[in-house]
Amino acid sequence: MNSDSLFKRLLSWIRESSESFDEDMTIQDVDENERFGVVDKTTHAENLEMVRRKVYSEKENKSMRRMEALYRWFAVLFACFFTFVLIVTVSHMPKTGDINNPANNEVAERYIKEGLKETGATNIVAGMILDYRAFDTLGESHVLFVAAIVVTILLRLDKKEKDGINTSIIETIGEAEKDDKIFEPKNDTILQKVSLIFVPVIIIFGIYVILNGHLSPGGGFSGGAIIGAALIMYLNAFGFEKTGKFFNEKVYKTVCFSGLAFYALAKCYAFFCGANHLDSHISKGIAGHILSAGLILPLDIAVGCVVACTMYGFYAMFRKGGF
Amino acid sequence: MRDFVQNFPLFSIVGCLLSSSTSSLLKGRAAKWVNTILIMLVGAMSLCVMIYCLKNGPFVYIMGHVPAPWGNEVRGGVLEGGMGLFFSSIMLLSMMGGRKKILEEIEDTKQNLYYILVNLMLCSLIALVYTNDLFTAYVFVEINTISACGLIAIRQIGRTIEAAVRYMIMSLLGSGLFLVGVCMLYDLTGHLLMSNIKESVALLSASGEFREPLLITIAFITMGLAIKSALFPFHAWLPDAYGYSTISSAAILSSLVSKGYIFLLIKIIYRVIGFDIVHDSLLLNVVFGFSALGIIFGSVSAMKEDDIRRMVSYSSVAQIGYIYLGISLGTKEGMVAAVFQILAHAATKSMLFISAIGLTDASNTSRKFTDLTGSAYRNKIAGMGFAAGSLSMVGIPLFSGFISKLLFMRAAVNNYGKMMPTMIVLAISTILNAIYFMKTVVRIYSPERNLYEGREGFVKIHTKDQVFYTITVIIFIALNVALGLCSDPILDLISKGLDMFA
Repeated sequence: MNSDSLFKRLLSWIRESSESFDEDMTIQDVDENERFGVVDKTTHAENLEMVRRKVYSEKENKSMRRMEALYRWFAVLFACFFTFVLIVTVSHMPKTGDINNPANNEVAERYIKEGLKETGATNIVAGMILDYRAFDTLGESHVLFVAAIVVTILLRLDKKEKDGINTSIIETIGEAEKDDKIFEPKNDTILQKVSLIFVPVIIIFGIYVILNGHLSPGGGFSGGAIIGAALIMYLNAFGFEKTGKFFNEKVYKTVCFSGLAFYALAKCYAFFCGANHLDSHISKGIAGHILSAGLILPLDIAVGCVVACTMYGFYAMFRKGGF
Repeated sequence: MRDFVQNFPLFSIVGCLLSSSTSSLLKGRAAKWVNTILIMLVGAMSLCVMIYCLKNGPFVYIMGHVPAPWGNEVRGGVLEGGMGLFFSSIMLLSMMGGRKKILEEIEDTKQNLYYILVNLMLCSLIALVYTNDLFTAYVFVEINTISACGLIAIRQIGRTIEAAVRYMIMSLLGSGLFLVGVCMLYDLTGHLLMSNIKESVALLSASGEFREPLLITIAFITMGLAIKSALFPFHAWLPDAYGYSTISSAAILSSLVSKGYIFLLIKIIYRVIGFDIVHDSLLLNVVFGFSALGIIFGSVSAMKEDDIRRMVSYSSVAQIGYIYLGISLGTKEGMVAAVFQILAHAATKSMLFISAIGLTDASNTSRKFTDLTGSAYRNKIAGMGFAAGSLSMVGIPLFSGFISKLLFMRAAVNNYGKMMPTMIVLAISTILNAIYFMKTVVRIYSPERNLYEGREGFVKIHTKDQVFYTITVIIFIALNVALGLCSDPILDLISKGLDMFA
């Protein structure tokens, strides 16, 4: 089924992007026998060869050959030049680890000396990224969000049935599901048993990493990635149907939205209070306790949820274009 | 307690972020309204900031409870507020003009995603305008890059995917260079806050310490931002990205995204490195060479095109060249001219894109010149918009392009070494612009003489079928004429804003 669909898509893009190419550059349909197989290696190689011969041929395309040679020479020259410049620059930079370096200034000093008192977090790094420079991290979590949105745009399949033009590129969700089932291991007992044991442990470990973000190394980004990995493992073992019972598109959207919106609103409040010298009434608690460090813990949880959902979402998108 | 207006930069940025995550739950129509209201609000808040700063001077606003070198900080001034207002109004107009095309070209289920990208794009532009911290700038440059890729790729045809990949590679190269520059600057000065870096750089350049790394750092930052804003040798991604994406994206990308990076560069020159130090380094001469080449080669490439949208895209290369030319003159007049050209080009280029789509719609969506004959009669308002934009690009008095050319000439006179080449380049470019834009205007206003009788798609589009589109184009023309006629108060604002920068 659709063993050459990817290839066909590639071909149609190339053809669309340059009308001057041969019109009869079609690839013959695949035999009935190969319908359900993985892409046959020899056919694939033949197809690639055909494209190389007709489209990227250096013999048939003289200007291309000249450009290619020129391009290679310039690339090498430029790379050498760039390396030279970088090495010279680095040799003139301040020495690594020198106590008199400009970077060892009052900024770092205050982070280390006053960090615990001002943020309430024993983990200075968490205090820096979620309190001192929380605005940057707010932007950074939205970088993740916008990346997820762009992946969704590129990979999510919404068309139930084929219609109109451009169907060569956009395949339907039904086809993708059939495609996916070819590769999906059905009831692989070893995988299922192992993941039954491991998935809860991994998820609990992820939660631990998130909740201890302000006390020990860890935090929202790393803990979220661990939980996301566990979800992906569960999906691989039990398939989309079972995972869909507790994690579908609705859950994904709601969690992402509430995480990001909470982050933005909480930080907006904190910034507003801080800049206007108002008391924000956010208690820093006792340093070292799990419920301490003001906003850092809730923000870590929000970031963790977003990261876990994004990881799982990416995997699902790449696998079959939807949840 | 500070004045309430000083909170507006924070509110605009957080508002954009919140509305983008909210839009992920909404349907396309609701997301559209959220987007429209958001852009208007951000514009209004920027206007308030500008008026406030005119009265009270610039202000800094700490983001959090810790002051600046430790925490984050944004800064408001006349130029920042003005740019915010201008960016949001151009964005609103671009969205209005391309509304119909968004509905046609983007899948129904992905409509809201488009508005999320636009909201985040606005957020990053506003943050780049207001930020006072180099690393914050980098974070929002990232958001800007990725959402720009999405804006290109959301119309899923082969060419846009290819264009998006190309844009991604080039743009990431630019981001990487910028990041390396920021890291090296941190290594040399120990700060990320713009004002602190400026102090340290002044000390370094006075003592002559770390001279080579400093020069390379400035070069990296300039080169990174030049790649991202498509200065001449780095413009290969531009024609496809602007030429095939859906029309609102093309208008936003050409008139706002590249301008945001240039504004950041101007900010870095003034507030990070220091104008005098940049002026003394040889770097400006290199930029001058590239921009002069860009002005000519951009126009030559535009002349060779047989596709109206690619032609308009290539003319962007030339116009970006003008902006860098102004920067590289190294005088305050040159900088004022460059900032004015940012405004003039943003207003004109988005109008050209929006009008071009009206013309192609009346010609069976064909973009070839042979099919566009007489299209201005089939879609009258689009023809008017395109003609006005072309006149502005060529530099006819009454339109904004004339003022910016005049300003460049005036600035060049004050720079002894670069006067001759600037004059020659401007003269050649004006002639080339006139050739390819006037050729198009003549083509679209040639009577068709029933050439297309009975052919499908070549229809007359009446005003009552496209009320919003008509209003948009009229506002665009009015904006252009306003920039051309009332340039004095705007120039006054710009030079006041640049003074506040330093």
